[in-house]
Amino acid sequence: MIPPLPKPPRKNPILRTRLPLLPPSARSRAALGLTAAASRGRFELQVCNDCGAVQYPPRESCHRCLSGKLCWRAQEGSGELLATTTVRHSHDTFFQERVPWRLALVRLDVGPTVVAHLHAGCPPAPARVRLGARLDKAGQGVLVAFPMDEVPNMADDRQLREMTCDPKFRKVLVTDGKSAVGQAVVRGLAAAGADLIWVGHAEPWKETARFAELATLPQVALLPLELTDSQSVREIAAEIGGKVDILINTAEVHRTHGISSRSGVETARAEMDVNYFGLLRLAQEFAPAMRARAADGQSSAVAWVNLLSIYALSNFPPHGTFSASKAAALSLSQCLRAEMRSSAIRVINVFPGPIDDEWNQTLPAPKLSAEALAKAILSALQDGVEDVYPGDVAQEWLARWQESPKVLEKELSI
Amino acid sequence: MTANGSSRDYRDVVLAAPVTVPYVRYSIRSAHWFVAQALARLLTASGLRKAAVDGLSLGSFMLAPDTAIGVTQHLGVTVRWLDHLPLGGACGIVALRRALRAVQCGDAEVVACIGADTNSVDAFRQSLGSFSVFARDAVFPYGSGGPNASFAFLTDYYMRRYGATREDFGKICVAQRDNALGYPHAIFKKKLTLPDYLNARLIADPIRLFDCVMPCAGAEAFLVMTRQRAESLNLPFVTVRSTCERHNAFPDDPIQTRGGWVLDREHLYGAAGIDPADVDFVQTYDDYPVMSVIQLEDLGFCAKGEGPEFVRRHTFTTDGSFPINTSGGQLSVGQAGCAAGFLGLVESIRQLTECNLARPVANARFGIAVGYGMITYDRGLCSGAAVLSRAAT
Repeated sequence: MIPPLPKPPRKNPILRTRLPLLPPSARSRAALGLTAAASRGRFELQVCNDCGAVQYPPRESCHRCLSGKLCWRAQEGSGELLATTTVRHSHDTFFQERVPWRLALVRLDVGPTVVAHLHAGCPPAPARVRLGARLDKAGQGVLVAFPMDEVPNMADDRQLREMTCDPKFRKVLVTDGKSAVGQAVVRGLAAAGADLIWVGHAEPWKETARFAELATLPQVALLPLELTDSQSVREIAAEIGGKVDILINTAEVHRTHGISSRSGVETARAEMDVNYFGLLRLAQEFAPAMRARAADGQSSAVAWVNLLSIYALSNFPPHGTFSASKAAALSLSQCLRAEMRSSAIRVINVFPGPIDDEWNQTLPAPKLSAEALAKAILSALQDGVEDVYPGDVAQEWLARWQESPKVLEKELSI
Repeated sequence: MTANGSSRDYRDVVLAAPVTVPYVRYSIRSAHWFVAQALARLLTASGLRKAAVDGLSLGSFMLAPDTAIGVTQHLGVTVRWLDHLPLGGACGIVALRRALRAVQCGDAEVVACIGADTNSVDAFRQSLGSFSVFARDAVFPYGSGGPNASFAFLTDYYMRRYGATREDFGKICVAQRDNALGYPHAIFKKKLTLPDYLNARLIADPIRLFDCVMPCAGAEAFLVMTRQRAESLNLPFVTVRSTCERHNAFPDDPIQTRGGWVLDREHLYGAAGIDPADVDFVQTYDDYPVMSVIQLEDLGFCAKGEGPEFVRRHTFTTDGSFPINTSGGQLSVGQAGCAAGFLGLVESIRQLTECNLARPVANARFGIAVGYGMITYDRGLCSGAAVLSRAAT
């Protein structure tokens, strides 16, 4: 039985805020395959292309037939819990602050024996368990042994919470609550148990449907926040930056057209000003405060979410300047992720396909509803993944891009 | 995997001059210092000049960025046979096997086999994360418990599967501490009681404090030479009846409950011309007591799974039934890195040459020293053993 996570007590302002530490993060290049898969919420192991052997720990060649042709394949993860231990004396400062720490030795049905973090819902050994991959605080892929079936308060497991960014009892800033997506995210956060949700809104004179309704939620506080205005961002950061646990940047400007169908750069500049410079302004003002609070107790600063677009991967010429602004934002987000890594704050990039809104009016179905996108963002936080490609279109584009970025570019240019 | 084929015996090659550089918990000296002190003690014990040593085998983890070759210049020795064996608990047995053949074949006349390591205050922690690629990628990021956590799994599994109890492991640790009280170089000098053992601080369940070895600095060494040379030097010596070495045995076992000895014990006793019942003492590789029990099973003193019952039948002290780790083993003497792989060999030579520092096992004729180690991922990969015999008079 896992006790439900208690609501954290109010912070004692006299005590020093602890500095964030990371678990051991060094990995060989081969081992980063586990991390790459876990960053997308997948559990993959190395598989030999020639003989089919599944192996772990990752290697440079097949341990059975010595082939050098290895790939990573999704695994179902079931196995036998052989033995368990609880580490009470650790050699690493991160774990020293967190002992006792439960570990499992599991024989996977596909062959290898693995060392894994042990979820508290697992029965004692011997037992059947299900292995999954998560990103740890260092942003590296690690294995977790879960019970075969859901147990109550699954997400509240103390060790698992170190690997996820669950909004439960956390304070969240949603940078734009005026869009349908922003509103759906706010409602989702409220339902997921967020403690306080600040909702930014630019251009206060502009009414949008159902925005006023948000303010009736008890967790919600509305904030005038203009991402194109450095002063506005700075002032809001000064006010709430030291309290934000999760920042979800939903603000975006989306106009159609590519290069030749429009004259001048004003529209493109407006897109860049929010989609790229808006992110840069937010990062400069909010990231330092969040980094300082990355180890601030049970509900520390934990995640930063960027709403990008699948068009960030490869330019979609009918929405050419928007694609360019999202590509710029993706690149900047990678920089932010690298800078946040030492503080264990996860930067989550969301790459939706076309959202079902007015700017995608002429595009054919399927289009992503605001609710589905919000749900994907919530799941990403709860599962602690880094890259999310919600919806069928995004998934298909991703598959095409992974197979060949050049082929995708050619397909899109026709 | 094939069993050991018939291999040449070690007639006319002997082990002599067992020496120890006393252990300290921490040292500000490098591993090179401990190697040098060991070599100096070998020369003193044997009466040989440095120039007479023409072979050097070094077991050490902490020489980096040096290997054995850098050490030759460091020590000012010129050798025609050189070996570097960072194989932890197996380096003594492996060094012995190679050196015996080198002397037998005439590639060297006198080989100094040295296991030496140092231990600065933070060295052990630093060594864990970089011990192996697999440890760095797939073990250390999980709680960073080091070997304690890895052997906690093996202990937990063994206890459940074969019915071993904490008292069984405690009996081994307490008996070894009794043995250590007669040995001047043991780090632990205080008597250990079973309640002390059972109630000690939990480290990684079910492992408690006295299941764990103490990392420290020190060295162990001996010389390999021809019998003729030893006799001319008037040195006490032991002969080697048989040896075995096996790496990555039983890779398909889900979890380690046996080692390579299972494949090699028939050869070990056959070549030695003795039965397990003829063995007067065993120096197990006791990095954790569960491994001692597994080694006693795998070396044929009892069947697999009967280890706990075997433990309940014997006292393991030098003056009792079935003496093991007669100087106290690593659990009481300390684990000085690769010197731990030499500890049992050096103590065995002492026991069989009347050069005891620890309490003698009465009328001992045959002893077994065991090597085991290198848990690069989930199990110790190396296993080895040597049957040593008192020289015929």
